[in-house]
Amino acid sequence: MNSNNRRELTAICILAAVMLGVMPALNAWIPEGQWLHVSNFTINVWGKYLAYGILAISVDLLWGFTGLLSLGQALFFSLGGYMLGMHLMLMIGKLGQYKSELPDFMVFLGHTFLPSFWQPFRSLAFAALMVVLVPAVIGKLFGYLAFRSRIKGVYFSILTQALTYGASLMFFRNDMLMGGNNGFTDFKTILGADIRSPGTQRALYIVTGLTLIAIYLGCRWLTRTKFGLIQRAIRDSETRVLFSGYAAANYKLFVFVVSAVIAAIGGALYVPQVGIINPSEMTPDKSLEAVVWVAVGGRGTLAGPVLGAVVVNALKSWATRAIPDLWLILLGGLFLLIVLFLPGGLVSLPNKLRELRSRLGKKSPDTTPTAVPNASAS
Amino acid sequence: MRFLKTHRFLPLLTALSLFFSNAHAQAETPRQIIAKAVLLEDKSDDQVALLKTLDASTEVASLLTLWKEGGIFLFEKPDQSKVAIILESEKDAADKQKALLLETGLPILDGEGKPLHLLASDLTAAETDSTLRETMKAVLDLSGLSSPDRKARLQAVETLAMEQDFSRIPLLQKGLQKETDPSVQHAFREAIALAQLKEDSSETKISACRILGTMGSIRSRDILQSLSKDSDGPVQRAALEALQKIALHLQKVNTFGTLFRGLSLGSVLLVAALGLAVTFGLMGVINMAHGEMIAVGAYTTYVVQCVFGAGLQVSPFGIALNLPGIKATGWFYDCYFILAIPLSFLTAAFAGILLERTVIRFLYRRPLESLLATWGVSLVVQQLFRLTFGANNVQVSSPSWLSGSWTLSDVSFGWNRVFVITFAAAIVIGVFQLLGRTPLGLLIRAVMQNRSMAACMGVRTQRVNMFTFGLGSGLAGLAGAFLSQIGNVGPSLGQSYIVDAFMTVVVGGVGSLFGTILSAVGIGMTDQVLQQVLGNPVLGKILVLAAIILFLQWKPAGLFVTRSRSLES
Repeated sequence: MNSNNRRELTAICILAAVMLGVMPALNAWIPEGQWLHVSNFTINVWGKYLAYGILAISVDLLWGFTGLLSLGQALFFSLGGYMLGMHLMLMIGKLGQYKSELPDFMVFLGHTFLPSFWQPFRSLAFAALMVVLVPAVIGKLFGYLAFRSRIKGVYFSILTQALTYGASLMFFRNDMLMGGNNGFTDFKTILGADIRSPGTQRALYIVTGLTLIAIYLGCRWLTRTKFGLIQRAIRDSETRVLFSGYAAANYKLFVFVVSAVIAAIGGALYVPQVGIINPSEMTPDKSLEAVVWVAVGGRGTLAGPVLGAVVVNALKSWATRAIPDLWLILLGGLFLLIVLFLPGGLVSLPNKLRELRSRLGKKSPDTTPTAVPNASAS
Repeated sequence: MRFLKTHRFLPLLTALSLFFSNAHAQAETPRQIIAKAVLLEDKSDDQVALLKTLDASTEVASLLTLWKEGGIFLFEKPDQSKVAIILESEKDAADKQKALLLETGLPILDGEGKPLHLLASDLTAAETDSTLRETMKAVLDLSGLSSPDRKARLQAVETLAMEQDFSRIPLLQKGLQKETDPSVQHAFREAIALAQLKEDSSETKISACRILGTMGSIRSRDILQSLSKDSDGPVQRAALEALQKIALHLQKVNTFGTLFRGLSLGSVLLVAALGLAVTFGLMGVINMAHGEMIAVGAYTTYVVQCVFGAGLQVSPFGIALNLPGIKATGWFYDCYFILAIPLSFLTAAFAGILLERTVIRFLYRRPLESLLATWGVSLVVQQLFRLTFGANNVQVSSPSWLSGSWTLSDVSFGWNRVFVITFAAAIVIGVFQLLGRTPLGLLIRAVMQNRSMAACMGVRTQRVNMFTFGLGSGLAGLAGAFLSQIGNVGPSLGQSYIVDAFMTVVVGGVGSLFGTILSAVGIGMTDQVLQQVLGNPVLGKILVLAAIILFLQWKPAGLFVTRSRSLES
């Protein structure tokens, strides 16, 4: 166990050094055209994948470790994005289409002054606080209602789906004053720096990577405490946990809120990198897509979701360009196959292969299965 | 020769006829008057004056329509005099038509005493200008009053009502006496009262207000409002009273309309959710591809329609498939829907059985994973629809017996909505009969209650699973056949119903068909009532979702709880 532990941490360190040290360095100091150069586009795309990785961890914390399949994670993810988006919108200032202090969409809707709930978002610190606070409060409220009445399993999934659906309907409306259909876009600056410059994007990428590592380590710690044990016990048999005298609802509520916050942080890091947030990010389908990443990578592990998010999204980037018509078939089919034949996901593949080999009678060489396969470097 | 004379003196004659209260014109037949008017050609003022003398009749209406559409021609006789003629619709070998004299309706004879045949393209049609067309329309509106068609009469009366011309009152009263249809009688009374509002005597106005108020005439609201502003004293009071009564009536109409819409929305939900109540409620399978089964039914309807019509060409994956059409028309074409209903059930049931055999049977013990796998299936199927039928919505036209509506004291009941409600009721009864009265139903109930016990008794549970899932999917297909009549059919059709359908089943209580019915109607009603009260469909929908979440606080297992002894159900 201990040696496994050390091995895992070493792998993370190496991966982090490569992804967050070497890649940005190659992007910054190797001139364009040289083969070692990492393009701005690559940095940007990987920044997006890592933000998705954060979302995937939040899904897995709920689904893989607690047995709660929440279809509301896309809601929290986009809420985080919206909160930071509000700050970024205000930072546009008079650089917008209408040259007004107000965000463009408000001018378009005929507003003449900034609504009071927008005012404090001029401060990045406040926006960051809201990124954490708003999803936490909503998660707490909804979770309290849901877990108190012991809604579990599929019912919980359907209910979170309804929550997400209702919220997306709400954000589609113009009178929410959250940009309606088009959401927020056209961001110009963050902390005074041009948001589209390669330097800023690189910094955002590094921040996303560091946050991902922090969240990974945090969740790794959490799932190994006694709390994590009860969490898994709830997943395996909630009734027994209840009969043993634990208030399962409180545990579930805590995990639900934590993962809502994690998803929101992912969203807040995602938005400045892609430059847009709108209600279509909030649909139940997006939540399901995140569930696909987790299933593909391997539920119940922490490396699996990140791996899945990167692999599926890299596949998506490739397929939507190469075979746009067949992408959905590929995604659906991949998912179907993984659920049916590889319930442990990609991370369970080395073990499965080893099993297969030993079953074939050959003695397997003592390979070291790393928890974080380097497939993500592809 | 007579013609020549008339032609020359016509302006004078017209003036005379107008002077002497059209005593002269009445002596002439409508045909003669119209013929005269046609020959006046450029003098549109005189033409208008002549047309105004016409009494409304079907003959006049048909002739004027003919004129408007360019079916009356000017023909120069050998003696250089012009006559107005019409052509018979029958064409001979040289495309020529028999010419009839407009005035008499008799054929024109050529030199040898044979009927004259003319080519339409050789003739100049009698022209009309805008003032003339307006007059024609007025005359046509009037003539509609005596039309044998109920709808035409109703429309004519309603047009006249909005004109509020009190000189028409005697005409309307005459029409009312002859009228036998109650709804048209109602329209006549309304029109008379509306016209009376324009009369000078305030007593007439007051009594007209009273009549309109008792009728609850929604149409006259604006008019009464302006009357109440422009007048004072008893007239104003009467107008206000009438307005109050109308407002009450309107409220009643809206309430009934809302209830009806709620019931029909509930039926839609019910039909969409009933299949889910079987697969999810009875079997415990979370079929996220249920929406796509609905779409399968809708697309089957579309294909059947195309086969009845002009045929269909699709090319999924570049393979060109060509379905020939039988090019049916009229009532036979309308029958496509009757064939489409069972076919959509069968296609969807087949698709469902296929899905069950290939995917779902491996996942009975893992419900959450069945949710994920079927979501994958739904993505694939949606994309297949897109590749086959295109990403846009396809056009499914309602058969004529489903379009139109039935109005009962201002509440309009659309036929398609009435149909949805009846159909939903029929399906519910059918499902109950199937589950409660047939051997298959018995087996289904046995397996769903206790799978292992049923298996011990020799029930082939695998096969029952397959049929149950097929039944659920087939019901979804039926829902699709129906939703194609009231909404768009596109690749993402299923997606728009799936959340609602799951909600309906969960609220009703998983495993209880009766609960599903109640919750469908309840959710439909709540939605429509909230829409009515808030005046905003999206807000209403959001509130319904919130209400459902709160409802589940109170009853976590839905309306009807299926009790079981197992701990982890």
